[in-house]
Amino acid sequence: MKFETPAKTNPIDNLKVVGQPIHRIDGELKTTGRAMYAYEWHDPNLHYAYGYPLGSSIAKGRIKSMDVAAAEAAPGVMSVVTTLSVGELGKGKLNTAKLFGGDEIQHYHQAIAVVVAETFEQARAAASLIKVEYQEESGTFDLAEAKMSAVKPKDTDGAPPDTAVGDFDGAFYAAAVSMDETYTTPDQSHSMMEPHASIALWHGDELTVWTSSQMIDWWRSDLATTLGIDKEKIHMMSPFIGGGFGGKLFLRSDAVLAAIAAKATGRPVKVALPRPLLVNNTTHRPATIQRIRIGADKSGMITAIGHESWSGDLPGGGPETAVMQTRLLYAGENRMTAMRLAELNLPEGNAMRAPGEAPGLMALEIAIDEMAEKLGLDPIEFRILNDTQVDPEKPERPFSHRNLVGCLKLGAERFGWNDRKKPGARREGNWLIGLGVAAGFRNNLVMPSGARVRLGNDGVVNVETDMTDIGTGSYTIIAQTAAEMMGVAVDKVGVHLGDSRFPISAGSGGQFGANSATSGVYAACVKLREAVAMRLGFNSDDVVFENGEVRSGNRSVPLAAAAGAEGLVGEDTMEWGDLTDTHQQSTFGAHFVEVGVDLATGETRVRRMLAVCAAGRIINPITARSQVIGAMTMGVGLALFEELAVDTRRGFFVNHDLASYEVPVHADIPYQEVIFLDETDPMSSPMKAKGVGELGLCGVSAAIANAIYNATGVRVRDYPITLDKVIGDLPEVA
Amino acid sequence: MTYASTVSMKVNGERRDLEVDNRTSLLDALREHLHLTGTKKGCDHGQCGACTVLVNGVRINSCLTLAVMHDGDEVTTIEGLGQPDNLHPMQAAFVKHDGFQCGYCTPGQICSSVAVLEEIKANLPSHVTVSLTERTRISEAEIRERMSGNICRCGAYSNIVEAIVEAAGTRA
Repeated sequence: MKFETPAKTNPIDNLKVVGQPIHRIDGELKTTGRAMYAYEWHDPNLHYAYGYPLGSSIAKGRIKSMDVAAAEAAPGVMSVVTTLSVGELGKGKLNTAKLFGGDEIQHYHQAIAVVVAETFEQARAAASLIKVEYQEESGTFDLAEAKMSAVKPKDTDGAPPDTAVGDFDGAFYAAAVSMDETYTTPDQSHSMMEPHASIALWHGDELTVWTSSQMIDWWRSDLATTLGIDKEKIHMMSPFIGGGFGGKLFLRSDAVLAAIAAKATGRPVKVALPRPLLVNNTTHRPATIQRIRIGADKSGMITAIGHESWSGDLPGGGPETAVMQTRLLYAGENRMTAMRLAELNLPEGNAMRAPGEAPGLMALEIAIDEMAEKLGLDPIEFRILNDTQVDPEKPERPFSHRNLVGCLKLGAERFGWNDRKKPGARREGNWLIGLGVAAGFRNNLVMPSGARVRLGNDGVVNVETDMTDIGTGSYTIIAQTAAEMMGVAVDKVGVHLGDSRFPISAGSGGQFGANSATSGVYAACVKLREAVAMRLGFNSDDVVFENGEVRSGNRSVPLAAAAGAEGLVGEDTMEWGDLTDTHQQSTFGAHFVEVGVDLATGETRVRRMLAVCAAGRIINPITARSQVIGAMTMGVGLALFEELAVDTRRGFFVNHDLASYEVPVHADIPYQEVIFLDETDPMSSPMKAKGVGELGLCGVSAAIANAIYNATGVRVRDYPITLDKVIGDLPEVA
Repeated sequence: MTYASTVSMKVNGERRDLEVDNRTSLLDALREHLHLTGTKKGCDHGQCGACTVLVNGVRINSCLTLAVMHDGDEVTTIEGLGQPDNLHPMQAAFVKHDGFQCGYCTPGQICSSVAVLEEIKANLPSHVTVSLTERTRISEAEIRERMSGNICRCGAYSNIVEAIVEAAGTRA
């Protein structure tokens, strides 16, 4: 099915199941420890071996030699496969750095060996016995230093690095009120709870892999390329994923090492990346330096807006696209954006939740707060004044649906925005209290997505798709979609995900998963409905699927009876026309935060949080809300603690574990409130839904920064806003 | 297996005899030897709490203790708290309040929650306990403080606290 014209009324609009607050159908499995993650698949008939990886201890250069004699002689060791012994391997299309094979070291903790032993303890001990001789080369590791040598990168997913409309320089120079500030965001880590892990097993030339992947088909294709085998020979499974946040979008070394180790030993091999290896071995969100210039007339109308961003990556990598939202978020006749990319020899930079927008809004939404203050306007009023219903760079291109203003207004009312005082003016005991706001904005992307739906003679509907559930609730919303389409209860639907034997889906990323994957299920269900109607001799135009029955005119048949002995199958892939080109499709939000800043220590505590989101139809308000509060939590981390510390001499991230890379814990997070505006977007899909998983993160950190300013009068433009950056300028303690 | 020992533990009420490498953590004994994979390995360094289990009723990070140190001990894992269709009240409260997303930290969160309520009942003070001379009471602040060793990167904290408050049967 191709979605080419705006959705009309369809069975989803009945909202008997879709849109209802249905608890996760995999909730009992997860809360009882029965959900099986990658490393946990256990067949008592198989004799598993354990692979333990070793990472490079230099950032750039070559391996001269590796002495593995002691490791090979260690108790229980079956094989030591090194990056030298395996020779050059292919590199996945979506990988920037190679994952294994050959003597070249492209980044610190790049995998250089895997030791296979009978037990985990034996493999780990033996890995420490490998001696490596390197020929180290100097590298570039400091973005601030490399900024001057940054170049204009190639297009990112079709978007050019630079855009310009009107005369930015002239308008900015002539503006009655203007601001020009620079902001920085540090390198950040996904730090999902489940480390990357795989089990690999060969039968002849056929490879079975249990792994932890957001995108089954991307991994399968890139694993085939890396190993130089036919993709069809790989069976990949990832039914439960312990978090990803972008860190499991692309094939990682655990799958490659497990496959190679299994080949070398003839045994099924389990490989998990040890937590301290994970940060430098895998990917991270690159640091940015962002300059924002805004000019406005005295009434507060933006006349010039410019956003430039510098980031770094390995050769062949891409920029952190931090200027993207500035192309679309606010009006203004004269505009420019530009991205520059420096070559850095740090580990691979790549997508982390809301790539581009998250760090971009961390800067832009402070700038908007600063500009509003210069203009003497309330920051909400300033945003509303400069709202746009069209793509400001291409005014002939409208938004499909945009209610940012509604989010801001409702949020202001619910949060008590009118009680906000001037900076530094509200004190409770030793705490300075402040309120902050920021806009949330993230585009709605759509991806082709396939599914197969089987109707059994027991009336049960089973959905098969290689879609993944990374905690987002895919199992549940897919069950809701199939239930609504086939007119059955959710408990009459079985959902089977994350298996390469199933149709290729959108996968989980870019907040495109929920809308795209349920649309794929919709398309497959349309096929199944047609098959049911045909078998019953019903006219498919007036057939109704309801309460486990199929009705046409005055005839009614139980759905189970229609299945026949062998059952019926519907399979299809949702494809997309040009509605995302003709109309800008985006999601919108308003984040409100109250913080307290300790007068004596400068410590910030988040006291209240509210997000108001406009993201089309909400398929399940429970799982959608959890997505948003989780993103708000991550936003607290990015605002206040999270920073990968770069050793600019040796070229690696120093704080590469969960103790030293500080993510939010229970004590950091207050009660969080989320409101979804009741809306649909017929331009987005037959589901009329959009994504929320990344929207929830977009703008939160800036709202916290703005709240800290409102509490203290201290403006910090370098994240994270740790107490050392605040304490020096705090008012005198009375 | 030169450096191996035998150890006998009662796991979820059942006696289990194991021969383990002396270096085997309690976590790996549960996961790799007994195939009780509900207990999760997030960091293997005591930094995340995903491996939390109850040993003789007290919560510990099972990655930070060796299996051979637990001869004769009673270990309760997430599988021992409740099963699908027969959930422990804390498990049911987590489902009701959607106190998880990816589910990987969840067994540790639930084991920790069960122990936290016992710790408060036993009047053990925490960093946020206001007075050491008065009885410790269940509150959201106490729960947040005591649960802070269990990281949830999906960020379900707000829902987890609601689940624990409900399971405690107390309006905090």
